[in-house]
Amino acid sequence: MEKELIHLSHISKSFGGKVILDDLDLVIHENEFVTLLGPSGCGKTTTLRILAGFETPDKGSVIFEGRDITNLPPNKRQLNTVFQNYALFTHMNVADNIAFGLKIKKQPKSYIDDKIAYALKLVGLEGFENRSVSHLSGGQQQRIAIARAIVNEPRVLLLDEPLGALDLKLRQDMQYELIRMKNELSITFLYVTHDQQEALTMSDTIVVMNQGYIQQMGSPEAIYNEPENAFVADFIGDSNLFPGVFVRDELVTIDGVPFPCVDKGFGKDVPVDIVIRPEDVELVEKERGTISGVVTEIIFKGIHYEMCVEANGREWVSLSTRPHLVGEEVGIYVDPFNIQVMNKPESEDEEAVSTT
Amino acid sequence: MIIRRKTAGLLGTPYIVWAAAFIVIPLIMVVWYGLTDEHGAFTLANVAAIADPAHSKALLMALILSLIATIVCILLAYPLCLFLVQSQQNSTSFLTMLLIVPMWMNFLLRTYAWQSLLEKTGIINTALRAIGLQPLRMINTNGAIVLGMVYNFLPFMILPVYNALEKIDQNVVNAAQDLGAGRRETFTKVIFPLSLPGVVSGITMVFIPALTTFVVSSLLGGGKILLIGNVIEQEFMLAYDWNLGSGLSLVLLVFIIINVVVSALIERDEEERA
Repeated sequence: MEKELIHLSHISKSFGGKVILDDLDLVIHENEFVTLLGPSGCGKTTTLRILAGFETPDKGSVIFEGRDITNLPPNKRQLNTVFQNYALFTHMNVADNIAFGLKIKKQPKSYIDDKIAYALKLVGLEGFENRSVSHLSGGQQQRIAIARAIVNEPRVLLLDEPLGALDLKLRQDMQYELIRMKNELSITFLYVTHDQQEALTMSDTIVVMNQGYIQQMGSPEAIYNEPENAFVADFIGDSNLFPGVFVRDELVTIDGVPFPCVDKGFGKDVPVDIVIRPEDVELVEKERGTISGVVTEIIFKGIHYEMCVEANGREWVSLSTRPHLVGEEVGIYVDPFNIQVMNKPESEDEEAVSTT
Repeated sequence: MIIRRKTAGLLGTPYIVWAAAFIVIPLIMVVWYGLTDEHGAFTLANVAAIADPAHSKALLMALILSLIATIVCILLAYPLCLFLVQSQQNSTSFLTMLLIVPMWMNFLLRTYAWQSLLEKTGIINTALRAIGLQPLRMINTNGAIVLGMVYNFLPFMILPVYNALEKIDQNVVNAAQDLGAGRRETFTKVIFPLSLPGVVSGITMVFIPALTTFVVSSLLGGGKILLIGNVIEQEFMLAYDWNLGSGLSLVLLVFIIINVVVSALIERDEEERA
């Protein structure tokens, strides 16, 4: 792991009596692509704005390379932001937009011109210097916003839902572009989004947030495969989320039906939440399944079929390339390795979290 | 679209009739009177009459005083609007009310009110005497006319400037700070340039009524200071020389057109970039 760059230490923030962030603690390393992921109102944008300096935390401090910058104004921080709505200067052309930060720092003209050319090349808009920014498409404006930020050679680039306003195809292309830019610039990216696909595609580390708390932090694989609670499981990808009982090590029951698993150490006969990804729900012949059910719905999704199976009065969602007929009786089998056991929420607060 | 295009065209008819009857026809008549003599023969004498020292002095005076009034309006309105936009609180709606409520009162009434405040034996001078100070000569001065113009036309500066400032996206301001701009640079390089269209339309909306006014100058100038508006009014109402009055109006119209064209050009320039 690279060295620690930013430490958001025990940050709390309220707006008009509403708690947005509650004792948030987050460490970001050098050259890391960190994504803050969560539904709207989870505090992810507020976290970014506190880091950028547009908001001051009520409690806690922002540490940058060991220095407390909590009260440093935004124009004195070594980071730059790409805003959700681009926030370009409409009274300037492309070159003047990109040069804005460099002119403030009174850089020589030849240096500024070189930087503009380099940045436009990086974002794939060579020759756009004299265009008016308002005549550009959304995707092009976004690229100019990125170029305007990176010419200042920030230590950290903050991106606030930068792809939110683009259409699907462009959004996917931009994801790869962003990864390429990050590798070329080798700086830290802090990315805010509510789109789990974006987060899984680009990040080194995902921070899943909800209602001002960090729910889970880890690599995309860890977040997807081993969600720590029902909220994370539900928010990242589709999942079958069932209440169950952890009977003993390596055995759980769902609606009384025993399922072998690989988890240990939850105790004996403890109520738990169980997550099974739809792609891990295997539909087999009736006799071979752990339980059996009836296919109630099938939807063609392109790469695969999405099927709903009703078993013991509970609906299971399964993804498979092999279709089954509606009304067909099938067996359901889940590999023990694909059963993810999670503790039930302890407090009412967390309960509220998991049901949203 | 709820209304069909044809029907939509019909909806504009009442105003078009109104505009034709009370704007276009009178304008044609002004041009007609302005370019003919009392026998109906074509002449440029009425327009050339602006060269008469009395007339050109009145025009110059009107230009100077309305220019000063416009500048004073900008200096008063801009900081106020900055404050109103930035403080986005309940107190602002109260402040806005304070500005708007006087607007509901009749223009003449407000100017009369200033007259009785500024008069030799008016309220201010009575108060000054009561505390043992020398009374001031306020009424019938250039200053009184400028004051009247500013008081009456200030809201026409405030509204467009406020709208322009209010439209500026807070993220754009944040972006400037994010890129290293301090408070002053954020203002000079981002906020002010983005608010310019509002200032330009404010200038038009203050300068033209101020340039053509005769009520303010006759009530607060006491007939001693003649502006071009007063000269034209006198030609029509006292001398009954409609030809001369129209001719001078045409000269004034040229200044109005210049102002409108210039601000339209600036606005188009802004729009092309926006």
